[in-house]
Amino acid sequence: MIISVLSGKGGTGKTTVAVNLALSLAETERPILLDADVEEPNVALYLKPDVIVDEVLPVSVPVPEIDLAKCNYCGRCAEFCQFNALAVINGSVMTFPELCHGCGGCAIVCPNRAIREVPRRIGTVEKGSSGPLEFWQGRLNIGEPFAVPVTRLLKQGLSELEGETAVIIDAPPGTACTVVEAIRGSDYALLVTEPTPFGRHDLDLAIQLVRQMRIPHGVIINRAGSNNEIIVDLCNKRNVPILLVIPFSTRFAAMGAKGIPFSRVMPDWQKEFRRLYHAIKELCQCVN
Amino acid sequence: MRIAISVTGQDLDSSLDPRFGRCPYFLLVDPETEEHQAVPNPGISAGGGAGIKAAQEVVNQGVKTLITGQCGPNAFNILTAGGIKILQAPAGPVRRVLELYKQGELAEVNAPGMAKQGMQGRGFR
Repeated sequence: MIISVLSGKGGTGKTTVAVNLALSLAETERPILLDADVEEPNVALYLKPDVIVDEVLPVSVPVPEIDLAKCNYCGRCAEFCQFNALAVINGSVMTFPELCHGCGGCAIVCPNRAIREVPRRIGTVEKGSSGPLEFWQGRLNIGEPFAVPVTRLLKQGLSELEGETAVIIDAPPGTACTVVEAIRGSDYALLVTEPTPFGRHDLDLAIQLVRQMRIPHGVIINRAGSNNEIIVDLCNKRNVPILLVIPFSTRFAAMGAKGIPFSRVMPDWQKEFRRLYHAIKELCQCVN
Repeated sequence: MRIAISVTGQDLDSSLDPRFGRCPYFLLVDPETEEHQAVPNPGISAGGGAGIKAAQEVVNQGVKTLITGQCGPNAFNILTAGGIKILQAPAGPVRRVLELYKQGELAEVNAPGMAKQGMQGRGFR
């Protein structure tokens, strides 16, 4: 079963939830925890013992290389490219590899077969473990604009898993392509939010996203306090269950700042996260 | 010899658009006769690489001089490779810009400005 943790708004506690959930299940379910926030992976900061990396996979995208001996500067490649990764000017072809999405269309439309695709490294996928927890993370190189190929390779291994492995995916913030790729194929989506107007607004965007992707979903209110009703009200309107409420307290904040997942030192919360996992499992069985 | 100006409208009564990649039109003007023709900027609807698309269009139009506010590094490199002189002018009526051009008052741009100013970096990916 694959559970994705996303939020819409950044900084609501996705990583906190993903890490605590995975650790609470570590002994019984042997879950795989994925950090799919490949632009700024931070799950590893919360994992003790330190992550041991067993495998590093390079992530590349194909980009055009022009054979100027064959090119007649007709400009079809530049015309075709929807991302303007090529320009043809006065007897020269300029490529802008950082804009290329790797579709290969330029090579197909070139009437002179002057374009071939060459790989360009944009990041890495690392697979390893921290104690009983299997841990995978993607890492986009600094300055690279397209994270999706890294996320795609990170998740590729999931399709090869056998049996009923529990997979927890820590998604990036927002509701754009990187999030879509991170949560695609999930059995359940946990939407983490905070009781602020911004939290509510972006939670609504996240709800619309998972609805469109037909992923069953429920809400976790983090930093819960006096203003919870703005989230409760939205969840009632959208008919989304609230599965867990994590209070706003300095204890949690202090542990977060030290990189300690709070369930490690509060066994009651381990039980809460296990209860959450089993509730989700049941919800998924109802759907199937 | 016609020159290209990044503009907000389709004639001499419009204004210079200081954004190069995301301006709606390029006005191709003969400074002597003031004969002119507006061409739509294909860069305006680009998801990314607007400056590249716009620069390719300006090169294709065969002009040797461009007047705009600023352009980013990618556009700058294409325009330079295309042998186009880039002159900088402030936003304002096109007629005024033409006057300044004829008086030789416009400074040449010799280095690219910052990238992604046309949409403040909000182009989607």
